[in-house]
Amino acid sequence: MAESQGAIAVGIDDVTKLYGNFTALSDVSLAIHDNEFFTLLGPSGCGKTTLLRCIAGFEDISKGAIRLYGDNIADLPPNHRPVNTVFQQYALFPHMDVTRNVMFGLLRLGRSETEARARAGEVLELVRLSEFADRMPAHLSGGQQQRVALARALVPNPKVLLLDEPLSALDLKLRQAVRLELQQLQHETGITFIFVTHDQEEALTMSDRIAVISDGVVQQVGSARDIYEEPDNRFVADFIGETNLIEVSVAEVAGDNAVCTLPGGTRFACPAARGAHSGQGHLSVRPERVSLVDPSEALLTGTVTRLIYLGTDMHVDLALADGEPVTARVQNSSQTTIPAMGETVGLNFEEGAARLLVD
Amino acid sequence: MAGGIGSGPGKSARTYAGFGVTLILPAWLVIGIFLVVPIGIMLVYSFLTKEFRGGVIWEFSLAAYDQFFFDRGLFGDDPPKIEWTYILIFWRSIWQAGLATLLSLLIGFPTAWFIATRPASTRTIWLFLITVPYWVNLLIRTISMKFLIRDNGPLNTWLLETGVISEPIHLINTWVAVQLGLFYSYLPFMVLPIYAAVERYNFALSEAAADLYASRFVTLTQIIIPVVKPGIIAGCILVFVPSLGSFLAPDLLGGAKNFMIGSLIDEQFKGAAGNWPFGAAAAMILLSMVLIVLIFYARSQNRQEGA
Repeated sequence: MAESQGAIAVGIDDVTKLYGNFTALSDVSLAIHDNEFFTLLGPSGCGKTTLLRCIAGFEDISKGAIRLYGDNIADLPPNHRPVNTVFQQYALFPHMDVTRNVMFGLLRLGRSETEARARAGEVLELVRLSEFADRMPAHLSGGQQQRVALARALVPNPKVLLLDEPLSALDLKLRQAVRLELQQLQHETGITFIFVTHDQEEALTMSDRIAVISDGVVQQVGSARDIYEEPDNRFVADFIGETNLIEVSVAEVAGDNAVCTLPGGTRFACPAARGAHSGQGHLSVRPERVSLVDPSEALLTGTVTRLIYLGTDMHVDLALADGEPVTARVQNSSQTTIPAMGETVGLNFEEGAARLLVD
Repeated sequence: MAGGIGSGPGKSARTYAGFGVTLILPAWLVIGIFLVVPIGIMLVYSFLTKEFRGGVIWEFSLAAYDQFFFDRGLFGDDPPKIEWTYILIFWRSIWQAGLATLLSLLIGFPTAWFIATRPASTRTIWLFLITVPYWVNLLIRTISMKFLIRDNGPLNTWLLETGVISEPIHLINTWVAVQLGLFYSYLPFMVLPIYAAVERYNFALSEAAADLYASRFVTLTQIIIPVVKPGIIAGCILVFVPSLGSFLAPDLLGGAKNFMIGSLIDEQFKGAAGNWPFGAAAAMILLSMVLIVLIFYARSQNRQEGA
């Protein structure tokens, strides 16, 4: 939830990153709050990892500023930035045991051997790895290595923790467990987390706020609910969850509302994303918000092309009159009648369930 | 990465153990016939009696070892006296080889690092360039070096012309010339294993170190060097061992005063002045030295693996 309105921990001001002619990040601006679990979400190659690496200091930025509690850190080398990173493949030092790995940062900060060892012990307990303190990284499982990487990055007590797809190397079951642990850890430590992932489910379940990134541009920033329920543009609607994109002609847009004509000719009023304009456009309707009704009282009609049984739900794929596909997800209950293949059915959705997008 | 190799489950290796023996047999045969047997012959010869004009008489004798270590032998009436000539040659061989190893490491490590950090497409070209001079026979290269560094050779001429020096540096027949020869002969043996290690190095480790407040120097000494250490040690062994037994460089560049163990052994098997048992004994002493170094290395490795 976007309730953490504390100080701005990390301010990304108009950051552009160029690799030769390629623009990896284009005028990115973000304000990440203190004690927030903030996620950078996007497909691979969208620039989310580049942005994280710019914050860590592994990449120089071509333009703009990166502020940490107000101070511009864009010109500092990584070893002078009070942020720590959990790497995608963990990057544990293979020649050091778990304790030595975790102590590394503290020793560099000038702590004594005794103090560093004691503090490493505490953090290893926090991530439940005390019994593995003497192991070498090669003798740990993926999940254990991940927790060592986490402990190593947490032990210097950074102001901001950067996590670069830390769960992607784990198997599904473990990933789900670690998600909860990470969230809990963030609450317990009060450290601001900036989390990079391409997995929308991960982003939706863990984050206070999410920035959806595509082609080096921030597409939308908001809570999980905001970006799922009120996507601003086609990319966000399509990337987050499943959606139906229905082509409409837009008669007018007034503030947050639009009036448009559906493919069958029905006029329909619905909320509009900021920046939507009249002309041709797309409505986003989530499959679970589409209900199947009698064709006479429907907004749209379509023929059933495929039925997929999913246990709790039923996926009904339909084709509109012009051939455009639409999917409805209906609950598997005794009240719903499941249409047959090839049957023509009516489709309905509430005004609030549809949203006119910026193309 | 250290500790990573061999830690995987060796299931298939165990299942096909019988097949494995068959596969390894040719290697064992080669090692047996071309390594163990010749060393055995050498060992036997070192305990035989010298025949004039080369060759041996099949009669047990400790004369060769006695000659190596003692001026006045263990078996005379007077107290034994150590013969320093050969021990000195030995000592010179060790420090020359050690220095050549150190120099190769200092030059070879940055070179290997440079090549390994080039884009994959150009690495092969750099490696190729490193090996090009070594297509020419070692003898010819060593003789060429003799011409390059002599008092009125190109090096001195160039230094005189550019005004760096006012009179020629006398290099030929000095230990420096031997050092140059050794260093130049074996440098690629340092570069290649280190290159192989650096190429496998995960650069995210350097980033992780920097992220955890390590300076570049600390990253080099505490992360990079320990992680690529197997390559460094392999390179050091590959330079040190042949340098120790080298005879071309000391012979051609060092003259009589810079005799090394390799030249000493070489002489014993040449012409009428030869002494086969003595040459064999010197070779066995050299071999023991090398083995001792390698055993210490293997021990330290085991200790690390066990940690």
